[in-house]
Amino acid sequence: MQQRRGTVLAAKAATKKSVRSTMSSTPLTRAREELDAAQLVELYRQMMLIRRFEEKCQEMYTRSKIGGFLHLYVGEEATGVGAISMLQPQDHIFTHYRDHGHAIARGLDINGLMAELFGRDTGCSRGMGGSMHFADHTKNFWGGYAIVGSHLLLAIGVGLSCKMQKTNGVVMVFFGDGATNGGEFYEALNFAQLWKLPVVFVCENNLYAMGTPLEVHSAVAEIHRKASAFDMKSMRIDGNDVLSVREQVSEAVAHARDGHGPVLVEAMTYRFRGHSAQDTQKYRTKEDVEQHRSQDPVVVFRRQLIEAGVFAESDADALDAHIDELVEASVTFADESPVPGNEWLTDRGIYAAPLATATVDPDLV
Amino acid sequence: MPVLTVREALRDALHESMKDERVFIIGEDIGHYGSTYGVTAGFLEQYGPERIRDAPIAEAGILGVAIGAAMTGMRPIAEIMSVNFSLLALDMIINHAAKIYSMFGGKFSVPMVMRTTNGWTQLSATHSQSFDALYAHIPGLKVVAPATPADMKGLFLAAMADPDPVIFIEHTLMYGIKGEVPEGNYVVPIGKSTLAREGKHITVVTYSRMVHLTLEAADILAKEGIEVEVVDLRTLRPLDMSVALESFKKTNRAVVVTEDWQSYGTSAEIATRLYEHGFDYLDAPIQRVNFREVPMPYAKNLEQQVVVTTDRIVAAIRKVLNRSSLQ
Repeated sequence: MQQRRGTVLAAKAATKKSVRSTMSSTPLTRAREELDAAQLVELYRQMMLIRRFEEKCQEMYTRSKIGGFLHLYVGEEATGVGAISMLQPQDHIFTHYRDHGHAIARGLDINGLMAELFGRDTGCSRGMGGSMHFADHTKNFWGGYAIVGSHLLLAIGVGLSCKMQKTNGVVMVFFGDGATNGGEFYEALNFAQLWKLPVVFVCENNLYAMGTPLEVHSAVAEIHRKASAFDMKSMRIDGNDVLSVREQVSEAVAHARDGHGPVLVEAMTYRFRGHSAQDTQKYRTKEDVEQHRSQDPVVVFRRQLIEAGVFAESDADALDAHIDELVEASVTFADESPVPGNEWLTDRGIYAAPLATATVDPDLV
Repeated sequence: MPVLTVREALRDALHESMKDERVFIIGEDIGHYGSTYGVTAGFLEQYGPERIRDAPIAEAGILGVAIGAAMTGMRPIAEIMSVNFSLLALDMIINHAAKIYSMFGGKFSVPMVMRTTNGWTQLSATHSQSFDALYAHIPGLKVVAPATPADMKGLFLAAMADPDPVIFIEHTLMYGIKGEVPEGNYVVPIGKSTLAREGKHITVVTYSRMVHLTLEAADILAKEGIEVEVVDLRTLRPLDMSVALESFKKTNRAVVVTEDWQSYGTSAEIATRLYEHGFDYLDAPIQRVNFREVPMPYAKNLEQQVVVTTDRIVAAIRKVLNRSSLQ
């Protein structure tokens, strides 16, 4: 351990001397100027925690412990982890129904997440939302939303709150390529740029709107160009390299925080699993999926960190095993948690201020 | 007590609301244009563009901004000029404003008010509808439709103090109606119906502009010795039927007057509640007076036959009374 730390420090000193713009500069060498080993490992830990948590979700879904729809983020971890790692506590997050990864990256306790999936009272949304509606307002994680594109408009409202309350906060809103064709997207971009709101739009372009390929659903395949109609800053980035995501998103966040207005970030990524757990994936070939899987962002980052001496393979193995234990513990926690009570079926569950008059007469059968 | 029009009472309520720094108003033509119905006239000059936010014509966006801001510490008032335009924001209202509190486990709410208007005046099919029943159908919303200047102010201030999303329904043909309005922070609780007129022969259950037409009808019938009791519901969700049922148990006859289509409309719910809880007191079938069920025609002669008139209310009351002998 001592020896490894020495190596890290030596490598750090070496990279500090290097010129950032040289051809040999990579996201990793540049990241090591900013981050220590523990911070780099933390990024890996989050990505692997998302991966293993979701693999367990799939297993629990197959065993009918989890109901409803299950949309997995497997393959897209680098985008969420990289982007969210650039936020401060006063910043806000909105996301779509594929929300497990963003929740974990924002630090929501996986016990509460697994309990939510199991429909338990200890769930992050008290068992009322399920997979698509994770939230934790104490972390300004305002939830996953299941109507495509709609939450972009809520994010605009929070951007306005930040501006009017002068909190210096930024709103980051995640959505897919499929969300960029509906009216809400254009309304949101117009409002954000018109009022110079501190909003970072992060489009996770995984090439499919559910099962419809990008070139079939969008007149413009380069989503980032859609910002040009609003004179909005935009960028297209490699969403599969967590450090590259960090570098570019940090620029977008700074732009928004400094009062220059919103930014549209198009992160190119790929989902390894189906749109939802029931998806038979007739719209793409096994070879396509295998090709992308060979460049698995979690595996690649793990290898990079080992090769750069940030951690030893044995340390990585130990960390992975620890993550498996945490995930297993979340299943136990969820299994042992109580189900929500019937008060959720009354006005007390529907309104912050329950009604003076019952909506439905209790005498009715 | 000052006598104000509905417009002035609402303006008074909005000024009272603006004392809270968290409050802002967002809507179309509320500022630079000077306000379509004149309610927010002068507000832009007084409060500035940060708090009086002229919005693009983008109803979903207006509601989205209001919901997001409400979730994070603001107290927005979203003005949707006509309820017909609110259809473009239904996803925001039904899938978001109404759901966020319960769907995320009751940990945060959406304290916003959407002001909007019913109304018609030869505006044809897409500008003359009312969707009271649609909004009142949705658990998670509170729906208010006051009739008098005092209730406009009092219920508006109650809506602003409420932590849940409130749909506040006004009427374009009511802004000039006058009445006494208490000064200051006058609050009328949401979910409490009231008696608009006492009588003993028949109960008319109604709300919003139809209260005024029903009172005219009652005046006409009073000359013949028919005493009509008029119940103003004031709030559609939660629906307080206590006053109406008490009245119905006394008169044993009822007419329900609402300015929307009859099938699956608000009158269907109101009449059903009377049947469910007042069946033993029933002396005659309940009559309903509503819009005729067609898209609103432009031609004035046809429009006049679609809308509810005092004559139609009088006729409905007579019909119910003719079926049963007066005591």
